[in-house]
Amino acid sequence: MKDTPLSNCERQFLLKTIEERKRLDGRETYDYRNIKITFGVDYGFCMVDLGKTKVMSQVSCELATPKETRPSEGMLFTTVELSPMASPAFEANKQSELLVKLNRQLERCLRTSKCFDMESLCIVSGEKVWRINVDVHVLNHDGNLMDAVSIVAITSLSHFRRPEVSIQGQEFTVHTAEERDPIPLSIYHMPISVSFAFFQQGSYLLVDPNDSEEKVMEGLLVIAMNKHREICFIQSSGGIMLLKKQVTRCSDIASVKVLEITELIQKALEKDRKARKDDDKFSFAESLPKEQITAQKLKEAPLEKMDIQETASEIINKANISPSTQGEHSPVLHAGGVGQVGEGITSSWGLEEDIEEEGEMEEKTTVKKTKRKGDVIVISDSEEEDIVVLN
Amino acid sequence: MAGLELLSDQGYRLDGRKSTELRKIQARMGVFDQADGSAYLEQGRTIALAVVYGPHDVRGSRAKIQHDRAVINCQYSMATFSTAERKRRPHGDRKSTEMSLHLKETFEAAILTHLYPRSQIDIYVKILQSDGGNYSACVNAATLAVIDAGIPMRDYVCACTVGFVDDTPLADMNHAEESGGGTNLALALLPRGGQIALLQMDARLHQDHLDTLMEAAMTACKGVSKVLDEVVRQHLQETVILTGE
Repeated sequence: MKDTPLSNCERQFLLKTIEERKRLDGRETYDYRNIKITFGVDYGFCMVDLGKTKVMSQVSCELATPKETRPSEGMLFTTVELSPMASPAFEANKQSELLVKLNRQLERCLRTSKCFDMESLCIVSGEKVWRINVDVHVLNHDGNLMDAVSIVAITSLSHFRRPEVSIQGQEFTVHTAEERDPIPLSIYHMPISVSFAFFQQGSYLLVDPNDSEEKVMEGLLVIAMNKHREICFIQSSGGIMLLKKQVTRCSDIASVKVLEITELIQKALEKDRKARKDDDKFSFAESLPKEQITAQKLKEAPLEKMDIQETASEIINKANISPSTQGEHSPVLHAGGVGQVGEGITSSWGLEEDIEEEGEMEEKTTVKKTKRKGDVIVISDSEEEDIVVLN
Repeated sequence: MAGLELLSDQGYRLDGRKSTELRKIQARMGVFDQADGSAYLEQGRTIALAVVYGPHDVRGSRAKIQHDRAVINCQYSMATFSTAERKRRPHGDRKSTEMSLHLKETFEAAILTHLYPRSQIDIYVKILQSDGGNYSACVNAATLAVIDAGIPMRDYVCACTVGFVDDTPLADMNHAEESGGGTNLALALLPRGGQIALLQMDARLHQDHLDTLMEAAMTACKGVSKVLDEVVRQHLQETVILTGE
């Protein structure tokens, strides 16, 4: 099943808004959406909400034989899966371009940037090492999957604990969690990707595009950095022409954003660590007693209210509505949650029966029954029917 | 790989080049009769073969047809004998699909696709010998093949990989330098306007060095474009003489 395409007027409207340097959800050009990070019961489970984009990831480890070219290093395997529940455009078992892109970018982001110590994962050189699997699932697609995936992957890697191993010569024993506390991975740095969407041949750019902005964008630039201002990977795609100064500017913006996001991740990890230590409610348990469905709850977004009164009156004046049909426009509230605007206009259909006006709770029908004696009023305009008037 | 010095004190690299020197590029156009355009390119010891078919009817799924421009279909593959160890999966694996995708995007930006609505242009590239700079060799070979096919482009698309060792950018890296673990930046450039068609970088680099690295990459690409231009003019001269004008 394919995703519904964006209509032409929606597309034009979006492009026009971007030209005026505004965004539909009230953000500024360089603003990220709200990021929410939650952890699960097991070490290594993490869920990230980037606005409405929802991704989750689980890190697991297993014993494996190392690669022949790198006998004393552990292995890292990342997988991103686009679940069909995330978007009607995703089909199960289909190798789409987006899937390959996300997988490769995440692999390059984590593996080639060497974000954690692989040598500490070695148990017996050449024979047994730890193999770390990071499985990311996309649960809801509302744009900018790359950033969400990178945040969730590095957070769950930081959250993960692996079982401790004690080695005696060539023999080794893996201790369970009860025997010895599992140890975290030694993370060197946290690479986080920042996506920039380009519009109108590179004249306008937006950070963190949502789904509709992604549909109208011409190109995407992804820069992954860590908080030490080291660029971990850059990828430009979509076939747009970039200039060198645009790329440098983007990297400056990215460094600021990455600092903010890294701080957020550290705070979330700290909170989870404290909650587990104090035996407090953590992970999903803390959201249970609220008894609220908060899946689609939107935070209040500030709207620009300048000139609304003037623009509105301008539009009304331009429309040239005749004063007779304007009537009373103030809403009348009859009960909680119910409103009525106007009191109903005289029906101009000329039908004999009462017209039931839909959508009005307490209607005051002002429709007069018109009955003309002796006149045959032909209601249907069908040419086949023979109209017989019964007296 | 301890002890392998990528840049010696006198500024010489493993193969004796200076840090800004490119490898020797040799190319031939029109190597296949069957295809609309073809090119063979050697960049140092990396050999790439590119073949272009098109513009022609959209084959396969009709859903791909674009009403206002041509669809570009790229396939990148490596010969099984191209690397030191026999490559078991020449195409279909993730890296090849990613490369094909990047090639497609690069050429979608450069080719004037609006001149051929409802049609398809196929670009097939094969690496016969891999010694680093695979992506750049592919792009350069594909540019020549597209020119050979007579498809109009905005400008030459030239690509080059640069690395960063000891605070010096190294232009056009070979396999040993690439796997040394340092930074790898691949850049596809349209030299006249200085526009970047594709930018790709792996491994850590401090943000302050980004500018120097990109500058070095752009200079290297301009060097490549001069060589490619020479090749095209040479080929044109030969064809003119052969057709007896």
